[in-house]
Amino acid sequence: MAAAAAAGPSPGSGPGDSPEGPEGEAPERRRKAHGMLKLYYGLSEGEAAGRPAGPDPLDPTDLNGAHFDPEVYLDKLRRECPLAQLMDSETDMVRQIRALDSDMQTLVYENYNKFISATDTIRKMKNDFRKMEDEMDRLATNMAVITDFSARISATLQDRHERITKLAGVHALLRKLQFLFELPSRLTKCVELGAYGQAVRYQGRAQAVLQQYQHLPSFRAIQDDCQVITARLAQQLRQRFREGGSGAPEQAECVELLLALGEPAEELCEEFLAHARGRLEKELRSLEAELGPSPPAPDVLEFTDHGGSGFVGGLCQVAAAYQELFAAQGPAGAEKLAAFARELGSRYFALVERRLAQEQGGGDNSLLVRALDRFHRRLRAPGALLAAAGLADAATEIVERVARERLGHHLQGLRAAFLGCLTDVRQALAAPRVAGKEGPGLAELLANVASSILSHIKASLAAVHLFTAKEVSFSNKPYFRGEFCSQGVREGLIVGFIHSMCQTAQSFCDSPGEKGGATPPALLLLLSRLCLDYETATISYILTLTDEQFLVQDQFPVTPVSTLCAEARETARRLLTHYVKVQGLVISQMLRKSVETRDWLSTLEPRNVRAVMKRVVEDTTAIDVQVGLLYEEGVRKAQSSDSSKRTFSVYSSSRQQGRYAPSYTPSAPMDTNLLSNIQKLFSERIDVFSPVEFNKVSVLTGIIKISLKTLLECVRLRTFGRFGLQQVQVDCHFLQLYLWRFVADEELVHLLLDEVVASAALRCPDPVPMEPSVVEVICERG
Amino acid sequence: MEDDAPVIYGLEFQARALTPQTAETDAIRFLVGTQSLKYDNQIHIIDFDDENNIINKNVLLHQAGEIWHISASPADRGVLATCYNRTFCYVPSLDSFGALGKSAAQLFIALATSSDSKVLTCAAVWRMPKELESGSHESPDDSSSTAQTLELLCHLDNTAHGNMACVVWEPMGDGKKIISLADNHILLWDLQESSSQAVLASSASLEGKGQLKFTSGRWSPHHNCTQVATANDTTLRGWDTRSMSQIYCIENAHGQLVRDLDFNPNKQYYLASCGDDCKVKFWDTRNVTEPVKTLEEHSHWVWNVRYNHSHDQLVLTGSSDSRVILSNMVSISSEPFGHLVDDDDISDQEDHRSEEKSKEPLQDNVIATYEEHEDSVYAVDWSSADPWLFASLSYDGRLVINRVPRALKYHILL
Repeated sequence: MAAAAAAGPSPGSGPGDSPEGPEGEAPERRRKAHGMLKLYYGLSEGEAAGRPAGPDPLDPTDLNGAHFDPEVYLDKLRRECPLAQLMDSETDMVRQIRALDSDMQTLVYENYNKFISATDTIRKMKNDFRKMEDEMDRLATNMAVITDFSARISATLQDRHERITKLAGVHALLRKLQFLFELPSRLTKCVELGAYGQAVRYQGRAQAVLQQYQHLPSFRAIQDDCQVITARLAQQLRQRFREGGSGAPEQAECVELLLALGEPAEELCEEFLAHARGRLEKELRSLEAELGPSPPAPDVLEFTDHGGSGFVGGLCQVAAAYQELFAAQGPAGAEKLAAFARELGSRYFALVERRLAQEQGGGDNSLLVRALDRFHRRLRAPGALLAAAGLADAATEIVERVARERLGHHLQGLRAAFLGCLTDVRQALAAPRVAGKEGPGLAELLANVASSILSHIKASLAAVHLFTAKEVSFSNKPYFRGEFCSQGVREGLIVGFIHSMCQTAQSFCDSPGEKGGATPPALLLLLSRLCLDYETATISYILTLTDEQFLVQDQFPVTPVSTLCAEARETARRLLTHYVKVQGLVISQMLRKSVETRDWLSTLEPRNVRAVMKRVVEDTTAIDVQVGLLYEEGVRKAQSSDSSKRTFSVYSSSRQQGRYAPSYTPSAPMDTNLLSNIQKLFSERIDVFSPVEFNKVSVLTGIIKISLKTLLECVRLRTFGRFGLQQVQVDCHFLQLYLWRFVADEELVHLLLDEVVASAALRCPDPVPMEPSVVEVICERG
Repeated sequence: MEDDAPVIYGLEFQARALTPQTAETDAIRFLVGTQSLKYDNQIHIIDFDDENNIINKNVLLHQAGEIWHISASPADRGVLATCYNRTFCYVPSLDSFGALGKSAAQLFIALATSSDSKVLTCAAVWRMPKELESGSHESPDDSSSTAQTLELLCHLDNTAHGNMACVVWEPMGDGKKIISLADNHILLWDLQESSSQAVLASSASLEGKGQLKFTSGRWSPHHNCTQVATANDTTLRGWDTRSMSQIYCIENAHGQLVRDLDFNPNKQYYLASCGDDCKVKFWDTRNVTEPVKTLEEHSHWVWNVRYNHSHDQLVLTGSSDSRVILSNMVSISSEPFGHLVDDDDISDQEDHRSEEKSKEPLQDNVIATYEEHEDSVYAVDWSSADPWLFASLSYDGRLVINRVPRALKYHILL
C-alpha cells in the first residue's frame, strides 16, 4: 500500500521512466512510510504542518488516505481523465496491485515459522498449568489439616500456661515480701557493719512499698521496724557527721546519705556549713597561731602557702561539696554558701592582712610579691566557684592595698634614707673641724649624698617593679596596669619623694632657731647645690627611668618634669639665700657685738686693726673657699678684674679723704648731708637681703652686703670719741683692703664702708680723722 | 587734697624721733627730734596744712642733748617726753699736764676717759611754749632766728637704772602716767603737781643671764590700760602695770633683735612686731607659739611698725632699706569682711547685694611701697588727726608726709 501511495503522486511519469522510478523514489518512499507510521500513531501534526504541499488526509480521492472511497475515486477518474490516461492509470493500478500481492506473499512466508513455534509454546503451557493446579489443591487440603491440629493443641495447653504465669508472679511477690521481712535484720546488719550506703539503698527501695501497704498490720510492723532502724541509722550517721573527725569527703558522703534518708535539707545544710566552719576555723586558728608573737613567725611566703592549702583548699572542697549536695536548694542555698564564704573569707583576709602588715617593715619585696602572688592565685579557684562571695575581688583589693602600703613604705624609706644622708653629712661636717681641716671635701660629700640617694631610688623602683612583673598573677589587673604605675609609683613614690626632699630642704630655711644656727651652713650650701643638680639633670633622669620601667600611661594627669624642676630650683635658691643670710648673720653678729660692747668714747688711739676685723676677713675667706667647692666663680664687673691691691688702696684712701674731709669742718653740717645725698642720687639702692644667684661671687656679695649694712646701722647707734672714729676708719680701711676681691662689684664695698666712716664721723662730737698714710701703715702692719 | 604726691620736708640734722601730737585731734601735727652731737638739738613742730598741701614748721631748742625718742602726752598738747643722750665728755687739755710729762698725761686721760667720758641716755618731760601748742602762724623764716626753748617739767631720774630706751604715755589717760624703759628695768612714773614732779610709782626688772636691754615698748589701749608690752632682744613680753608682773612672753618672736611693736587699736589681743630679720609679725597674745601672720616685704631691718588708729587693717612699716611700706592686713583686722553697712540704711536689694559682697574674703596685700627716702627710715607714724595721713622720717633728716591712696580710702569707707 505504501508502494501504491508512493506511485500516486507521480502520475506524470511515463512508463519509459520506470527504471528510474524505484531508484529515485527510494528515499521518498521511506519517508512516506515513516510519515504513515507517524500519522498512525498520532504524531502527524508537526509533520503535516511542516509539509504544506502534502495531500489532504480527508481527501476521499487519495489512495493512501484513511478515507479513501473507491467509488468517488473512480467517478473522479472517469469524469476528469481522457481515455488514454484512464488506460494508463488502469495499467498502473494493476502493476501496483501485483506488487502489493508479491509483497504480501513475502511477508507471510517470512512469519510463518514464528507462528508455528508460538503455537507450540502455547500448547505446552496449557499442559503445565493443568498439573500445577492439581498440586495446589493438595496443598490447600494439607494446610487445613494443620490448622485443625494446631487449634486443638492450643486449646489443651491454655489452662496450664495461665497457671504457670500466676505462679511466676507469686514467686516474685514472695521474694519481695521476703526482702521486706528480712529488711529490718538486713538493715541492722548493715548498720552494725557500718555499710551505711547499702542500708540507705535498701531503705530507699523498701520505702515506697511500705508506704503503700502500711494499712496492713504486718507491713506496718515492718515499716515500724524499718523506721526505728532508719532512725538509728540516721542517728549514727549524724553521730559520725557530728564527730567531724573524718575529712570533708566523708562528711559529704554522710550528708549525701542523710539526704537520701530524707532528712530535712535545710537543717543539714546548716549543719554541714557549721561543720565546715568548724574545720575552717581550726585552719584559721592555726594560721593565727603562726601570727602569734611567741613562735618564730614563719616567713610570709610560708604563711600564705599554709593559708592557701589549708584554708582556701578547705573552702574550695566545702564549696564544691555543698554545691553538689545542695544544688536542689536553689538560689537561697547558694546565697547561704556565699554568705558563709564571705564571712570566713573576710576573717582569712583579716589574718592575711595582719601578717602582711607585719611584713610592711621588712625589706624583702620579692618574697612579699611572691607571697601575694600565691595568695592571689589561690583565691582564684574559690573565686570562680563562689562568684557571689566576691573573694577574688577582695583578694585583689588586699593586694592593691598592700602594694599601696608598700609604695608608702618605700617613700618612707627614701625619706629616711635622705635624712640619714643628711645626718651623715652633718657628722662629716662636724668631725673634720676637730681635726683642724677646713672645708671637708664638700664636693665629695655632695657626690656621696647624690649617689646614695639615687641608688636608694633605683633600689626602690626595682623593688616596686616586682609588682608589675609579667609572671605575677595580679599584674594584669587594671590597677597594676594604670593607677599603680602612674599614680602610685610615679606620682606617689618618685614625685612624692622629690617633693618631700624639697620640703625637707626648705624646712631648714625656716627653722625657728635661726639665731642659734641649728643647721650647719655647709649643709645648707650642700643641699642647695644638690637641689640645683636635681633641677638640671637628676629629676628628668629619674622620671625618664621611671617612665621607662613602668610604661606610664597618659590617662592620669602626672606632674610634669618642669614643675618639679621649678620646685627644685626654688628650693635651691631659697637654701642659698638662707645660707647667705646665716653666714651674713654670723659675721653681722661679730661686727655688732664689737661695736655695741665697746666704749667708743674712751678708746685709745688706734694702733692696729681690731681682731674682729681680721676675724671677719678670715671667716669671709673661709666662706669663699667653702662656696668655691660647690659653686662656680660667677661674673665680676669688668673693672675689678685688673684692680690690684696697690691701685685699690690708693684709690680708696684718696677717695676716703675726698669723701668725708669736708664734713669735719665744723661750719658745714649741711654739706655732709648734701654730699651723701648727692652721692646716693648716683648710686643704686642696695637691696641688702636680696636673692642671690647660683655662683660664688653672688653669694659672697650677699654676705658682705649684709655684714657691712649691719656695721653701718650699729655705728649709727653709738657715739664716738676722736679715737673711736679713727679706729673705725682703720677697721674700714682694713675691710676694704681684703673684701673687694670677693664681691661682684667692688664699688659696693667702697660705698658701704664710706657710709660707715661717714656715719661714724657724724656720730663723733670731735671728729678728727686719722691721716690716710697712717691708716695704711696700720692696716699693712696688722 | 587733689594732689596725692608726697610732701617732703628736710631737716638740717640727722633725726630718728618722730611722733604725732597725740592730744591734737584737729590739726595734723608731728613732732620731730634731731640728733646732732655738735649743735643744739631741735624739736621741729611740723604742721601740715591739708587744704593747701603746705608745711608750717616751728623749731624748739632742745639743748639737753640729741633726741633718741620722743612721745607726746595724750592729754596735754603742750607736754612731751624725750629720751636724749647726755654726754659727760670731759677731755682735759694735754697742756695742763706739761710738767708731768706725756706719759703721765696719757695715763690720766686714760683714767679720766674711763670714768668720766660716757654717754647716758636720760628722759625728761617738757612743756612747749603756749603759743606753739596749737600751731603758730609765724612765717617759717622767722622761726629759725627766734627759736624758743622748751620748758623742763621734770626729769625721770634714771641714775640707778641706766639708759632710757623709750618713754610711753598711758593712752587715753590724763597724761599722768608714764612708763619708761631703762636698760633692763621697766619703770612706771606718776607725774604729779602738773607734771612738775615725777615719782617712781613701781618698777620691775628683767633678770637673766647676759645683758638684757629693752629696745622698745608700747602701752596697750585695751584692758583699761593695764597692759604694756616690751621688746628685748628677740623676745616680746607683756606686763601688767598694776602688779608690774609679766603676763605673757613670746620667746624668739623674731630671728633677730625685735625693733618695735604696736597694739591693734581695735582688737585687744593682737599686736604687731618687727625686727632685724626683715619681718613683720602679727601675734595673738593668747597663743604665743605661732605668729598669726608674717610679712616679709622689706629687704633690711624693720625699725618701726604702726597700726592705723581707726582702720586697723592699715599697717605701716619703716625699714633701713629706706622704704616705707603700707600693708592692708584685712584678714586679721577687726573688719575682715570690709566695712559693714547698717541694714536700715539700704533697700532690700542692695542689702542682698552688699551681703554677698561682704562675704567675699578680702586679700591681704601691700598697698604701696614709698621710696622717697634715701637713707634708713627709723620712724613712721600716723597722724592723730587725719587717719589717712602718715609721716616717715629717715636718718638724713627727711620727713615725708604721705596719704593712703584715695581708691583704697574710698574702698574702706564705702
